[in-house]
Amino acid sequence: MLKLVIFLFITPFVLCSQKTVGNKLVIHFDHKVDSQYLQLDSITYKNNIGQPYTITKFKYYLSNIILKSKDKKKSISHDVFLIDEENTSSKEIILSKIKKGVYDSISFIIGVDSLRNCSGAQSGALDPINAMFWTWNTGYIFLKLEGKSTMSSAPGKIFEYHIGGYKEPTNAIEKVHLALPFPLDFTKDNEQTIKVNVNVAELFRAPMDIDFSKLPSVTDTKNALMISRNYNDMFSIK
Amino acid sequence: MNKIYGYFTVFIIILSFLNFNTKDNELKLSRKDVQLVIPKGFPPPHYDFKKNPITIEGFLLGRKLFYDGILSRDSSVSCHTCHQRIAAFAHIDHTLSHGIDAQIGTRNVPALQNLIWRDAFMWDGGINHLEIQAINPITSKIEMDESLGNVLVKLRRSSEYKKMFKSAFKDTLINSERMLKALTQFTGLMIFNNSRYDMYLRGEDSFTSQEKNGLKLFRQKCASCHKEPLFTDNSYRHNGLFVDSNLIDLGRGKITGQKEDNYKFKVPSLRNVEMTYPYMHDGRFRKLYEVVKHYGNPNAHSSLVDEEIKKIGRLSDNEKVDLVAFLLTLTDKKFLYDKRFSDPSFR
Repeated sequence: MLKLVIFLFITPFVLCSQKTVGNKLVIHFDHKVDSQYLQLDSITYKNNIGQPYTITKFKYYLSNIILKSKDKKKSISHDVFLIDEENTSSKEIILSKIKKGVYDSISFIIGVDSLRNCSGAQSGALDPINAMFWTWNTGYIFLKLEGKSTMSSAPGKIFEYHIGGYKEPTNAIEKVHLALPFPLDFTKDNEQTIKVNVNVAELFRAPMDIDFSKLPSVTDTKNALMISRNYNDMFSIK
Repeated sequence: MNKIYGYFTVFIIILSFLNFNTKDNELKLSRKDVQLVIPKGFPPPHYDFKKNPITIEGFLLGRKLFYDGILSRDSSVSCHTCHQRIAAFAHIDHTLSHGIDAQIGTRNVPALQNLIWRDAFMWDGGINHLEIQAINPITSKIEMDESLGNVLVKLRRSSEYKKMFKSAFKDTLINSERMLKALTQFTGLMIFNNSRYDMYLRGEDSFTSQEKNGLKLFRQKCASCHKEPLFTDNSYRHNGLFVDSNLIDLGRGKITGQKEDNYKFKVPSLRNVEMTYPYMHDGRFRKLYEVVKHYGNPNAHSSLVDEEIKKIGRLSDNEKVDLVAFLLTLTDKKFLYDKRFSDPSFR
């Protein structure tokens, strides 16, 4: 009898709690090279000065994602995401526990903030095992793009751009701010999805055209800074 | 013949007992042994153990990892290969560090000590956190040449490590964060503060007049960079050495990318300096006297030498001898024989 009472008493709560899914934003990233979808190894693209190339690796960190409303309300995510072209599931990220509000813009950083760069051993996306970490000059690699070009002057005709550096004067943390094409209404619990375009071609142009014969490899903070300025406009929302 | 066989059996039995006694868990530690005690007069440490609370099990795991070749590609190199206990965790009598496949590095192995007061690691300060430090030698092609991922694969395969990780972290997960934090519990507790110098300051020992004069000179000539009580101010300086044309080591400049930082190296602590020969970032001086001679001879300095070193001026032979006498008081014998830091595979 007691069991039955407990069952009757608890059931409505369990059912209710299952219904409340909370707020959830799914962000889907489409990796492209201008108008074409990015395909590793197979498609030959051309950079801004006409040099052919293929891409073998493309991965990057996104963090400090903030949704903003017109009345300056903010919903901040404390998660760090490692997005990797090779890992399809990583190209869709989920933000949960979004504060109630109507949001019309989103901002984030490409990379990892300085505090996380100085916090010692970490796990998950920030586990150094992900090979997005500089060991000789501590810090996370914010973005890694590798590929091949017949114009490259490096052994094996490869190019590799490892972008990192969180200290001035070579701070390569890029902040991105995007207006949303339609407001995201999270005043009631619901799930919404946005699609973000990521144009890899931006890495090779403006303000600095990349020439594979002159700069096939970047693994130092000085050149990394220059390339980070190139790619800060690679994100857009459909 | 039977007699010989009998002796042999007894010998084997004795041997097996010896073997039993050399088991890893032989070191019995109490909580007090792994407690962080900040020595009187030391500043607050840079590393925060609150985020990595030391436990007996965590410390013992760190100790095992420190002495285990499992961290290297072919199991030939452990941390202790280059950071030897008998040399105050430097590499005794080695000018430059030696690594896997008998490769030779580009710098002299620094002694491990009082690490939690350091804000950065390596001669060039390129590493910003004690927990992260170990990744560098593990993954370096000329040191251990192993990937972090593969180290974890090997650790997860070992029943002994499985047990040790579980008792240190309460569940069976083995990841890089836990491995690095355990190593830090071990290396972070390498705290030196029981040299004759320390005991002299505490009134527990006396100095000879030569040592007293050495201390006086040291405070006038050396202490602005080798700041007491840690004997370093954690800065990077050009110490007037001419560049070795075979190494052309930019030092700090490689990290900051700033021309004015080229050829600068971290001011090393002088604690246990008696044991850590040879000296300087490239091990070019074999004897302490040579080091003191270098600083006390302005004619031998490169034009880029640090302003503080210029102030030393010329040292007389007596002054040099007295300075060396003082430096020898910085040896911490108690620490060097501290069982907590001994190799777990030996008694």
